[in-house]
Amino acid sequence: MSSHGIRDRVAIVGMGCTPFGELWDKGLDDLIIDASTEAFASAGVTKHDVDAYWLGTAQSGMSGITLARPLQLEGKPVSRVENYCTTGSEALRAAAYAVASGAYDMAMAVGAEKVKDSGYQGLNANNPPNDGTGRTLTAAAMFSMVAPAYAQKYGVEPDQLTDVLATISAKNHYNGARNPRAQFRREVSKETICASPRVAGGLGVFDCAGVADGAAAAIVVRAEDALRYTDTPLYIKALAFSTGSGSGLIDPGYDYTHFPECEWAAADAYAQAGITDPRRQLAFAEVHDCFTPTELVLMEDLGFAERGTAWKEVLAGTFALDGELPVNPDGGLKSFGHPVGASGLRMFFECWLQLRGEATPERQITTDRTLALTHNLGGYPGEMVSFVSVVGTELG
Amino acid sequence: MRGIISSAGYVPYRRLARSSISAFLGSGAGKGTRSVASHDEDTTTMGVEAARIALRAAPAAAPGAIWLATATPAYLDKTNATAVHAALRLPSDVSALDFGGALRSGIGTLATAMTGSGTILVVLSDQRDGLPGGPDESFGGDGAAAIVVGDDGPGAPVIAEYLGAASATDEFLDRWRTPGERRSRSWEERFGETRYVPLGREAWARALKNAGVEAADVTTAVVTGMHGRATKALVGKLGLAPGTLADDLASTVGQTGTAHPGLVVSAALERARPGDVIAVVNLADGADVVLWRITEAHGRWTSPRPVEQQVAAGAELSYGRFLSWRQMLTPEPPRRPEPARVSASAAGRSEDWKFGFVGSRDHASGAVHLPPARVSMQGGAVDDMEPLPMADTRGTVVTFTVDRMAYSPSPPVVFAVVDFDGGGRFPVELTDVDADALAIGDRVEMTFRRLFSADGIHDYFWKARPIRDPVSETGPDPASG
Repeated sequence: MSSHGIRDRVAIVGMGCTPFGELWDKGLDDLIIDASTEAFASAGVTKHDVDAYWLGTAQSGMSGITLARPLQLEGKPVSRVENYCTTGSEALRAAAYAVASGAYDMAMAVGAEKVKDSGYQGLNANNPPNDGTGRTLTAAAMFSMVAPAYAQKYGVEPDQLTDVLATISAKNHYNGARNPRAQFRREVSKETICASPRVAGGLGVFDCAGVADGAAAAIVVRAEDALRYTDTPLYIKALAFSTGSGSGLIDPGYDYTHFPECEWAAADAYAQAGITDPRRQLAFAEVHDCFTPTELVLMEDLGFAERGTAWKEVLAGTFALDGELPVNPDGGLKSFGHPVGASGLRMFFECWLQLRGEATPERQITTDRTLALTHNLGGYPGEMVSFVSVVGTELG
Repeated sequence: MRGIISSAGYVPYRRLARSSISAFLGSGAGKGTRSVASHDEDTTTMGVEAARIALRAAPAAAPGAIWLATATPAYLDKTNATAVHAALRLPSDVSALDFGGALRSGIGTLATAMTGSGTILVVLSDQRDGLPGGPDESFGGDGAAAIVVGDDGPGAPVIAEYLGAASATDEFLDRWRTPGERRSRSWEERFGETRYVPLGREAWARALKNAGVEAADVTTAVVTGMHGRATKALVGKLGLAPGTLADDLASTVGQTGTAHPGLVVSAALERARPGDVIAVVNLADGADVVLWRITEAHGRWTSPRPVEQQVAAGAELSYGRFLSWRQMLTPEPPRRPEPARVSASAAGRSEDWKFGFVGSRDHASGAVHLPPARVSMQGGAVDDMEPLPMADTRGTVVTFTVDRMAYSPSPPVVFAVVDFDGGGRFPVELTDVDADALAIGDRVEMTFRRLFSADGIHDYFWKARPIRDPVSETGPDPASG
């Protein structure tokens, strides 16, 4: 038994992504239609050319009909997938594997979420009937426990840690300000970030992902067919997924300074893609910065920094847009916004733009590296699902 | 010989300074404090806490019945004593019955248990409300008592022998409340006094006779009742020796109604010595008197958490917070959806976990699972676990956070990752806690609480709270007993 991956067997040949934000005038159907229409046009195909569809939505609808109805798909296999905040990545994984298996010639993954119709702040879990003993804590509170644990373990002073987290938030706002599709398009100073109202633990408003509506879509075909649709396809190098048993929550050995599920997914992805030194081989990375301490810890889980050193690398600017390994050049969840089911595909969309030189010039990364990574997680420290992909512009 | 095998009071952590009422309203109030049940407590959970203390002091006592008396039940129609039964993890052949409605049901249940048979866990609990600025709000209190009543036995001896009792009954209107009302109403005090004082004297005389003791033999007299003027007047007419009247906790806890005779008797028992005679007189729609004599076995009995210690451990609560906890004031809730009602069938399947805080331990690896699991997180053994009761196991705060956005009847939520002594970790909400004073490494214990209510269904489960009695913290771990 092993994870073999599908390196270079499937390519993304078209993508679409709506602007993310509090889109009071757009419903789920509008978001789906907008992202899908852009993706069809991008690949130069129609809905009839696509043989099978996967819709990723965490909470906005049930079943494939949620996609088939707005697009008016007749008789196609359409499935809805859900896997917490990795939902969008999961849709792409299903579509890519379906094509790699030979079952279909062309498949499409759509991720969409209409979050802002609930009337509440933040994201809200929709739990099945239960015995009333489960946690009712917000995700912010669960992730807030990471920061003090990290600081204590590695001897980071509270003020230093605050500065590190503010640097991450400011960096993602800086990048988002240069992205016309991002929810928050203005730079925010570290002073403003540090002075923002507390949400949970030490986390303030600016430590948390933007809550947004949005949709993104990707069309995949077998790699050998890719050039029929575009001169610059994105080849899938790795799709790795890891699900924890949830035992981190009740295991006294877990210390809240790392996410094993992310480490496992990264190791698998690097093996599939043949990556040995991610920090020097990747052009950039899109990671799941749901909260600033999450991004900090991910820099170590994904192998971008040695254990206990990510905070120094953050301060040194390693992950800034002009740094050694830019992280979240599109603004990340923090600034681009986080429509749960769309976020994973939104990360691929940045790879689509950046690696093909189509990002807005003020955030276009200039590099001779041809690989990029996306990382997506769902759940909480101790109880998590995690996805890591690697895509590239060249075969082999 | 029949009598009291063990007893305990439960006084909630929070205190309302009566002066804070006048500071806010410009009138009303008085001196001292009253006890306030937390927003996550009700008469059932307070009864559970009292019963846990009483049973911890007499581990060999095996109640055959729970009698729960309260004038402010969490449910009507549905029995509340069954939740107490489940939280104490008593076997199914232990009956669980509610008595209540009237304030008199507290002392009545206790007196009836004295002349009954078998071991009876009498739980008295009450939560006294009143309109803002009124005397009931100010002089009422919240609390519970648990008294284990039974026959003298080798493992669970009687520490206070029942000597006798008497009642005097009359129909008159002094204090009343119709079903569904939060506030009580009362007639002009002077009228009730003219009835209560003679009734009290009558019951007192007959009880002394039944017990075969003189008034001068009584070493501790507990005189309770919601009618302050009548109880004061009666005290002077009982022929008590100087210094024998027990502190009725009015200036610290307030009048806890149905629970009060049990609470003050528990406090008296904790201070008593062998040979002492304790009498309780309660005025409620008549008068009830019960007498006990402290036995030699009392010398071997110690309350792990005396009432006096709980009274001293209280912390102040603002009047605004008090009003919101009592639903007299509705603060803006967090903009989060309220939790859905608990599923009866799901709760039924997890009764041991939800009500008893029983986890499981894997035989092969020893790994503790909270909640209990069928498949081990270490080694993966299937269905090879033993139940592991954790309610009396203490723990240490590994890390914690304050959630200002999560739904709570009283935000913010203070939440901690707790590692239990002897193994096991559970991320759990804290209660009776001041977040500013909390630190990693703090010691906590589990407490039975009501998380929220939805659709009229109360969600009972456990929370952790800081341990505040250093004496018992340095003693043996209750879980090892």
